[in-house]
Order: sequence, then structure tokens, then C-alpha cells
Amino acid sequence: MKDFNYHSAKDSKEASKLASSSSAFLAGGMTTIPSMKLGLATYKDLIDIKNIKKLSGIKVSGKSVIIGAATKHVEVSNSKDIKKAIPSLSSLAEGIGDPQVRNRGTIGGSVANNDPSADYPSACIALNATIHTNERKIEAAKFFKGMFETALKKGELIEAIEFQIPEKSSYQKHPNPASRYAIVGVYVAKHKGDVNVAVTGAKSCVYNDKDMSKALSGNFSSSSIDGMNLDSSEMNSDMHASADFRASLVVTQAKKAVDAC
Amino acid sequence: MASLVGSRVERKEDKRFLTGKGRYTADINLANQTYAIFVRSPHARASIKKLNIDKALKSSGVVSILTGKEIADDKIGGLIAGWAIRSEDGTEMKCPGNPPLAKDNVNFVGDPVAVVIAESLAEAKEAAEKVQVDYKVLKAVTSTADAMNGDTIHEGIDKNLCFDWLLGDRQKVKEAFDKADKVISIDIINNRLIPNAMEPRACVADYNAASEEITLYTTSQNPHLSRLIMSAFGNVAPEHKLRVVAPDVGGGFGSKINVYNEDIVCSWAAKKINRAIKWVAERSESFLTDIHGRDHVTHAELAVTKDGKFLGFKNETIANLGAYARVFGTVTPTYLFGPCATGVYEIPAAYTNVKAVYTNTAPVDAYRGAGRPEATYTIERLVEKASMELGIDKTELRIKNFPTAFPFKQTLVHTVDSGDYVAGMEKAKQMADYKGFEARRKESEAKGKLRGIGVTSYFEACGIAPSAAVMSLGCGVGLWESAEVRFNPTGQVTVYTGSHSHGQSHQTTFAQIAADELGVPIENIDIVHGDTDKGTFGMGTYGSRSLAVGGIAIVNACKKIVEKGKRVTAKMLEANPEDVEFKDGEFIVSKSNKKKTIGEVAFACYLPGVRDEMKSPLPEGDEPGLKETSFYDPSNFSFPAGTHIAEVEIDPETGHVKLEKYTACDDFGRIINPMVVEGQVHGGLAQGIGQALYENAEYDETGQLMTGSYMDYTMPRADNFPEFNIGYTCTHATTNPLGVKGCGEAGAIAAPPTVMNAVIDALGGQEVTMPATAEKVWKACKNLKKSNAKAA
Repeated sequence: MKDFNYHSAKDSKEASKLASSSSAFLAGGMTTIPSMKLGLATYKDLIDIKNIKKLSGIKVSGKSVIIGAATKHVEVSNSKDIKKAIPSLSSLAEGIGDPQVRNRGTIGGSVANNDPSADYPSACIALNATIHTNERKIEAAKFFKGMFETALKKGELIEAIEFQIPEKSSYQKHPNPASRYAIVGVYVAKHKGDVNVAVTGAKSCVYNDKDMSKALSGNFSSSSIDGMNLDSSEMNSDMHASADFRASLVVTQAKKAVDAC
Repeated sequence: MASLVGSRVERKEDKRFLTGKGRYTADINLANQTYAIFVRSPHARASIKKLNIDKALKSSGVVSILTGKEIADDKIGGLIAGWAIRSEDGTEMKCPGNPPLAKDNVNFVGDPVAVVIAESLAEAKEAAEKVQVDYKVLKAVTSTADAMNGDTIHEGIDKNLCFDWLLGDRQKVKEAFDKADKVISIDIINNRLIPNAMEPRACVADYNAASEEITLYTTSQNPHLSRLIMSAFGNVAPEHKLRVVAPDVGGGFGSKINVYNEDIVCSWAAKKINRAIKWVAERSESFLTDIHGRDHVTHAELAVTKDGKFLGFKNETIANLGAYARVFGTVTPTYLFGPCATGVYEIPAAYTNVKAVYTNTAPVDAYRGAGRPEATYTIERLVEKASMELGIDKTELRIKNFPTAFPFKQTLVHTVDSGDYVAGMEKAKQMADYKGFEARRKESEAKGKLRGIGVTSYFEACGIAPSAAVMSLGCGVGLWESAEVRFNPTGQVTVYTGSHSHGQSHQTTFAQIAADELGVPIENIDIVHGDTDKGTFGMGTYGSRSLAVGGIAIVNACKKIVEKGKRVTAKMLEANPEDVEFKDGEFIVSKSNKKKTIGEVAFACYLPGVRDEMKSPLPEGDEPGLKETSFYDPSNFSFPAGTHIAEVEIDPETGHVKLEKYTACDDFGRIINPMVVEGQVHGGLAQGIGQALYENAEYDETGQLMTGSYMDYTMPRADNFPEFNIGYTCTHATTNPLGVKGCGEAGAIAAPPTVMNAVIDALGGQEVTMPATAEKVWKACKNLKKSNAKAA
């Protein structure tokens, strides 16, 4: 690992001020640190945001769950309030990585990184999330732009993520047997009026599957998507799963999710 | 005194391992030590046009940079194959040179070309990035099946063929096949695996300029053998000036048998720079440069009568050696493979032909089971297929072909001294509730799932083994083992063994044996291993040989102690040595109340003088002290055997294979410590099931390792396994005084065909290659659905 300057920011304002084209924000460091160790990324400055108190914590109201960006996965999975409001969100958090990752990794880090096979982005899409930054509020549907790409601008820092509480929801993933990241993860959420079917792992970026959403909005039953043939042309293909297998898994996991709702 | 052999004695090792007090190679830090980083080839096959270290030498903290040129100039030898194999046509195998640092050519990704030695690890890393190597990249050969058609990797080795070996009689086999009612044939791939010991390889080399002695601390399964190889072939130092210490070692599975490039380079370089050097592999280096295992492509046939008697067996295999032939690289796919390929069956005629090929991949060598998993996979997949094609129950077909009497003269090489394969099968069936399977299958079917059951009956030849036999088969050393048993004057015992423990619990099990033999409390016995300065010599630990060979050497040395003790007691108590009996730590003069404890005798042995009333306890001709040595060379291999049964449930929608039940019924002969044996069985099963369902080392066509980290190489985890159902039958080995056979490899040998037979059973007989990943199984399920629809 190359040498870098370590800064511990006391608030978002200071963190933002320290940011430059050769800096990175450091929360859990679950991606940043390994990337640096492997020489895949080098930064002049790492700006630690974990000590910014305002960025951690969980607030649950009648309509939404707001989770501070520096809140760890283990805090989300253990939160009684979240278990009550959106049980699928706490079980998603419980299924991320391993105990070490869950005790370091943060929700803001995962969302800002937008790994194509990360779990949280699907929750953001399915639960009509709003990403609160130090500058603005961004709808999840407009936040995830592509592989590891988001709407965040340089120096812009996620402060919290606000999830809409659905009527029912479930997240089902088919994990990569080695890394246990999602080969395909499907988050189904039934809100008043519409259904979201957010898919992670299958393509270069999380997306809401419009065909399945439509079918399920008409009839919220796994039979309404059974046997659906999804277009696999844009799906990822690697040694663990071909595009065709992924396409099939998306439907299978969506059915499982609906059945589990 | 109750016997300790056979009881669940808690492990003496656990206190230090569980409290973080283990001392591994990476824990060793020497004064003024430097740090080594190896510059490795990023290409699978290339010639080195130019290597420029000027810029790197100027980098901060650099002490020295050494390359293939310096090591060649100093006439340091390369890495070697320990077994000479002859081809069917009588020619000797062809092995390329394998210099510790490549000078002219690199032959796999990770092949080291230079070592950078610096004051700190970070500085060594930084400087290593500045070493400029100009490669001419050549077309790599990576496919096992096609290696013989690829470009010639090593000059003078045509078709990349190391040897084309035959065991058995082609003509007899042809005659047997001519008489067959049916021929069952199969094409299988034994997938390549990466051992992944928990502790990555490491070494710390130290040089004492005054004594001219090199000390190498290294992660080795056999420090004495490492010293011998480094001295005799590496020319690093004469044996008496080279001390090799293998302290606590965190798993080996065969991957730490070899002397590696880094051991030789660091030892040589430490002397050159006159400072200690430390090197610890990163996990990615382990993936790239530890030996890999398996990697066979096989076509096999079984000739049968219509009522299921086996008549003949053919086995045509291509075995991948990787870039170079290493210590057990050439014996693993030959004598450790061919003889076992006819399995536990009476087959009148058989042959195994192996073409061993070089490829531009990491060297392939012995990995847990070494050759016997490949053999068992071949025959047991074939027998299972025969049962499907003949319509004979898979257990009945096996029983029909089991030997009925022991010793069992196996078709090709071995004479198996003992066993009862029918008893093992019957017990396994009962443990697995084989009869109840059909009901469980229907339950799965009702849930939309596919359920399958698979059986394997295996035997293996381990406890390697008789020097006369192995040397006649080409082994470069004799495979005996030594032990030294020392009594201290105050009665405690230190046992020095040439075996090495890197997870096998020798400190406990060997102490149990010595405690029983000597009648000394186990707390008073210490087992010392892993240091060429301690103990005479040893051939190390692999091939499930520690107990069956090393353990017996301990028994024999203890027996010598007891014999001397009887003579000393007789002298002390003025009796005839023939009248002295030894029992539970006491020497008793028969038909009298006169006796001495072994502690008293030991003490007396150290006080041989005469003063006043005290007379010398030593009979004429006996020397003072109480210490005995044994070099034990067994009369035969040992032959564990057993039957394993697996049951899987498959979700046809996702292709997910759930291992529902796993039953292992093994015959390991006498068991010293059931708890330790359970651990060995569990570990072996985890690796065997890993091979069947998860693990696969994959290179792309340019020779880049695609599965070079845990992101892509699927190491099985605890939640992949069911509770293992483990049981034993027991027939004592007749070839050693303890009646022991060896248990370390059985799980890895039996599990792959057991699990795959179950998967393929669930898939209606469709072949799937290992590992049976979700996508492969999903595709097979789709085919099954189609063919079922057609049939309907």
C-alpha cells in the first residue's frame, strides 16, 4: 500500500472541504482498503467520516426508515425498529459478507460504491429510497448511474438514506459460492399502488425490472411471473454464471421473494 | 493402568493454538533481519530478453537484488522430481531444469525471476515494482487434454510428454474385454485444486558467518527431507551446516512437502548478504505458486458379464504436471494412482496408462490423497454407471465383486493384508438408512426437488512405505521413519520423531502410544519434531504415514527401552533378566514381590558408579543412560478401506445441490484417539466434498489463473456441510505391531465419487463434471425435464 494522508473529519463540511481529485472518503473501508492493498487504487488523502456522529443512527417513523450513512450493517440487522418496520431490510443486512464485514462496513459506503453485485442498491430501488447528501436529496431511481457510478459529485457526501416502508417486501439472493456476493439478488417490495422488483448482480448496475413489476402490480402472486423469459442480452456473464443462467435466476429469485412476502 | 490408546485424550496442542501461543514461521523475527519480495513472471510462457535492476537498486532501503544469473553462477541447483518413472517403451522420464530463479525462460504465472531484499517489507515491495523485465511472450499451453498438441514448452521434451507409463497387461485386458457381455465406459475430468493451507508458506533464513551454518525456518511437512534435498541437489550447504526448522505449521495437505524456490533462494541469499531474510507469502502468491492437485483427464472402461461380474478394466489418463516435475509430481499420477484404480474389486485383468504432460501452469503435486482420490473417482464412477446400465442395485453390484478372503491380491500391485469390505458396506447402509431412501426421494419429489443417493467403496494404499518397494518403483529415498525415546534421569520422557505434525495432533497421539508402552503418565511425555538438530532423521508426514510408520518407530524404540530396563532391573534385584516382566510401568521379578518402577530404573541408568553399599545397576555390556533409537521400515503399505454414502437434494430451478446426508464408515484398523480421527475424517470430507461441489482451479488460455483469490475460488465453508455421520469397522493391520492403517486421506479419497454419484443419480444418470456447480446442474435439470417430457 502506498503512503497516504489520513484525516479524521469532525463534520460533513470539513470532510467535503478536504476532498480533492485524489482523495476518498473512508467509512468502513471494506472496498477502499482492499483496493489500496492490492494496488488497484491509490489516494493522496483518506478522509475518515466515521467520527462524524451525525452520520450514524437509525430513525423510524410511520412512513420511513432513515439510516445514517456511517451506520454499520450489523446495526441495521440488529435494529428492532427496522425488524418491525422493514424486516426484509434487516435480513438483507444480515446476509452481507461475513461478521467482520458486517461489523465494519457501512450502508453509505455500500451505496456510494455501487458495486454491481452489492445488496443495498437493490433495497434503495425497491424501497423508493431517497439519498440525503450534504448538498441535496436524490431519488434512488436517479442515483445509480452504472457500474460503480453514481450521481454523487466530487466532495459530495452521503449523510443518510431514507427508505419508504412498504406493505410487504422480501430480498432473495443467489450468492456467488466463493465470494457470497449476489450472482443475482432480487428485492421485491409491494407499496400502495405499485410493486418494485429491484435486481442486483444480473447487469452492470442495479435496475427495476419493469415487466415483472407490471405483472406483479396486476396480480401479486408468483404465478404471474412464473416462466417469464427475460432478455439476457445485457446480463453479466462470468465463470460463475452465464447470462442465460442469470436471467433464469432473476425470475426464480423474484418468485421466491414474492412467495416470502 | 488403563490403556490410553483408543481413548479420547484431549489434545496437548490445543492450549497453545487456542490461546494464540502457537509459534509459526511468520512469528519468527531475527535481529537485523531483512525482507524478501519475489519478482514473478506475469506471463505463463515467455523468454526473458532483458532484466534491468538498476532503478530498483537505487530504491530506498534496498540491500540486495539477486536474479537467475547469480544463482546459476553460484551453481545453486534447482527443484527436482523425487521419483524416476519409466515409460512403457523403457525410456526414462524427461524432466526440465527448474532453477530457483528463472534465468532464460518462465513457464507459469508466478515463476520467480528475481528476489529483492530490503530493510523493510514496504521498501522491498516498492523496489520490486521497479525491477524491469523485458519478456518475449510465447504461446502458452494450458489444457491438460491438448497439451501434447501444443508448442514445445521445454526444449527437447517432445509433445510436452514427461512419460507414457503403463501398469498392467494390455493383452490380458483385451482378452477379458472380448469375453464381456457389456462394456461400460466413462470420460471424466478430475478437476484441478489449490490446497489452500490456512497458513501461507513462509521462510526465515539465517546465516552464522562464524559457524558457517545456515538455519532455515520454513513451513515444511518434512524438514529433514527438505535439508537433504537442499543440500544434495540444491548445493545450498552441506547437511551438517544446514539446519531446517519447521515449527508450528498451519496445514499442509501435501502442499508443504516440496522444497520451494523461496526456501533455496532465501537460504542462499542469507549467506550471500550475511543477514537474516524473512519471506512470507501473500495469499495471492499461495494461489499462484503453491503446488496444485489432481488435474486428470481420463477415459476408462469396465468389462462386465450380464449378471455383474467384473472381467477387465482399462484406464487411459492424461495427467497434468504443470510447468515442472516436483518431488511427488511424477509418482502421484503413477504408482499412487494406477494400483488403486481397480478399487476394492476382484478384476482379473486391468491396466492403467498415464501420459504425464507439462503445461504452463503451476506445478501439480501430491495433494491430500495424492493419486488415490483420482483412482477412486475413476473406478467408483464407473461402477456406479455399471449399476445403472445393468439394473443391479449399486450396493449389491459392489458386494458381488468384493474379495472374499484376505490377504487380497489386488489386480495390479498390492497385497492387501486385512479388511472386511462386506461388513463395511452393511454397516454403512444401516447408518445411512439406505432402505429408506425411496421414501425420502418421494418426499423430495413432492416438493418439486430431485433427490439422489450415491455410494463409494474404496481402499487406499497409504503409510508409505516399505523402502524396498518404493525404491524399486523409482523413489529416490527410502521411506522408513525414525524415533528416539529419551528418559531424563528424573523420569520424564522426550520422544523425538521424524514425522511432522501440521494439524495431525502427534503431540497427543504419539504421547498416548509412548505412555502405554512405557507406563509413564502422558503429562510426563513430550513429543519433539520439526527440527533437524533434534532427532536423528525423518522422512516427514504425508501419505497417511505418520502413525503407521513413525508411530511404529516410537513403539519399537520404547520396546528397546523396556528390554534394557529388564536387564537393569535384573541386575539391581539380583534376578534373571528372563524372569523380569514389564507391566504398567513396573518391572516385576516373577514369582516374587520384588519390583522397580521404570522411573527408578531410568534414574539408576544415569548413576552407574559404585560407592559403599551402592552398586552399579548396569549389567556388563550396557552403557549408562536410557535412550533408544529405532528406524522402522514397514513390510508393506497399509490399506484403510470403507464405504461412504451421500444423499443430495437438488432444486431444479436454481441448480443448487444440497448435501442432505453424508455417511462415512471407515476401517482404519486400530484407532489411537477417536476424537483426533473424527477431526481427520471431517477435514478430509470437507476437502473431498469441496472438490465435488465447489473447488476448481481454472486457467484461461493465456495461462492466467482465473481463480486466484477467494472471490472466485470456492473454498467450502462450514455451512456447506451437513452433520457428518461417521462410523467404523475395524480389522487390524497384520503388518505392524499396533494394527493401525492411517486415516488422514480417506475423506478426500472417498467423498468426490460419493457425492457425484448422488448428484448424477438425482439427475437421472446425466454426467456432470466436478465441481457440480449450480449452473451445470441447472442445465442438466432442464435436459432432464425435456427428456422426461419426450418420454411422456
